[in-house]
Amino acid sequence: MELTKDEQAALNGDKGEALQTAYRILLATGEATNAEKLIPIKWAHLSGVNYNTIGDSGEEFLRKLSEDAKVTIKSTVNPMGFDFDHVSEYNLDEEFIEKQRSIRDSYIKMGVEPTFSCTPYDIYDLPEKDTQVSFAESNAAIFANSLGGIRTNKESAFSALASAITGKSPYSDLRKDGNEAQMTIRMKLENPNELDFGLLGFFAGKVGDTSVRISGVSEPDRRSCKALCGGMGTSGTCAKFQFSDEDTSSSEKVDFGKEEMNKIFDELNTSEKGDLITLGSPQLGLEELSDLSKMLKGKSFRKQCMIFCSRAVQHQARSLKYTDEIERAGCDILSDCCTCLTPLIDPNETDSVTTNSVKGAYYLKNSTGVDVNLKPLSKIIEEDTQ
Amino acid sequence: MTKVIVQGKAKGTVLKTINPINFLGAVDKKTGIIHDQKYDIFEKSIKDSILVFPHGIGSSVGAYTIYSLKNNESAPLAMICKKADLTVSSGCALANIPMIVISEDEFDSIENGKDIQIDTESEKILN
Repeated sequence: MELTKDEQAALNGDKGEALQTAYRILLATGEATNAEKLIPIKWAHLSGVNYNTIGDSGEEFLRKLSEDAKVTIKSTVNPMGFDFDHVSEYNLDEEFIEKQRSIRDSYIKMGVEPTFSCTPYDIYDLPEKDTQVSFAESNAAIFANSLGGIRTNKESAFSALASAITGKSPYSDLRKDGNEAQMTIRMKLENPNELDFGLLGFFAGKVGDTSVRISGVSEPDRRSCKALCGGMGTSGTCAKFQFSDEDTSSSEKVDFGKEEMNKIFDELNTSEKGDLITLGSPQLGLEELSDLSKMLKGKSFRKQCMIFCSRAVQHQARSLKYTDEIERAGCDILSDCCTCLTPLIDPNETDSVTTNSVKGAYYLKNSTGVDVNLKPLSKIIEEDTQ
Repeated sequence: MTKVIVQGKAKGTVLKTINPINFLGAVDKKTGIIHDQKYDIFEKSIKDSILVFPHGIGSSVGAYTIYSLKNNESAPLAMICKKADLTVSSGCALANIPMIVISEDEFDSIENGKDIQIDTESEKILN
């Protein structure tokens, strides 16, 4: 990758340590994606906020970086470990709370907008078509490329952070025109629900490379689209999909039917029931909260149900009164955090969790260390409310 | 064809897996032990190895896991992949872990447990 004179000087350390670090990261990611140069970008969405995921090393790195680094473009951030408004209701240790506070403050000090959301596309209107952005959160990157009409690599926590500081990103293939998917996944399930779409995404992420075409799908709702993006981002490197029934004879064809679905379901579903329920991985949007409030009319959950949505969406939902029915049904509405790696779910107290999220299931099982009972929202409401 | 992603030198024993690695989901950032039983290197530690794997997958925060491994002195000495992904590349860049990408044939020919040497400045990078 060719650097300009200015960029080379920054890489050599002439403009301080923060910029040197940022350019070192951009150089490696540029080489990795065969980019020939860096280009300006308009928006960076950063991951690496939850103390559970980045640990002491991450906390220290951000604290030092924030002493002299500032973001130079619009920058938003992923969820952290918990909701500061509700932290006293959970049994969290003081050290976790303090470390999380330090991480939050480091991002704010660098000039990042404190969105703490994995669904930036639910908070802001997306910029005009083909705008170049750098989204680290995998579901958001896939959403941006596939449904949002804007362009990003499937960035890493560090590459997006480097982009936020420099305002630049490698001009990789995904940012260019003419990226034809080499594979078509033929959706064979009829009347798929959001869980089926999550499983389809997980499957597509496993078999697909950078980009896939999905046929046999007609206009899924937003909940299903988000589930697809979340599942896909979890299992592989795939950063883009396209719904298309057009027959392109040159692309490889793979079927996703009952057999393929069951195989992934069995891999992720390890329990017949859950001690508690989580909804929102990715965090729920306004439309999903509106749906949920209608579905819960007159019903109450038999067990604890945690609902995750961004703070911006929660404010809107409160003013539209969607939250009334949801809270009456016994749900805890939590913002700034999500199902994935939240310390609010304690494996010493919880054996299993019910969720409709494939992404959530993967991290609940592998990172939190609890069993997972996967079922679609309609079934959760049918079986776990009265 | 060998491509350098992060420069450096390393000498050590190969730990090879055919599974793409989800660093956030499958690797303990303190010890370097693989704790997802679906991996063929389940319960093995990647610490001080020359880690040979197809590529990284999953969460973008895996880059922090690589950086944490280095800080906790549990990181591999070098990483060799078939395909470079942004999570592993950026994690290695920040943690100063040499990383190279090699061809399918070269990947297949590397044996688990063998002692090898990487020097990105040398004419023959892999020995």
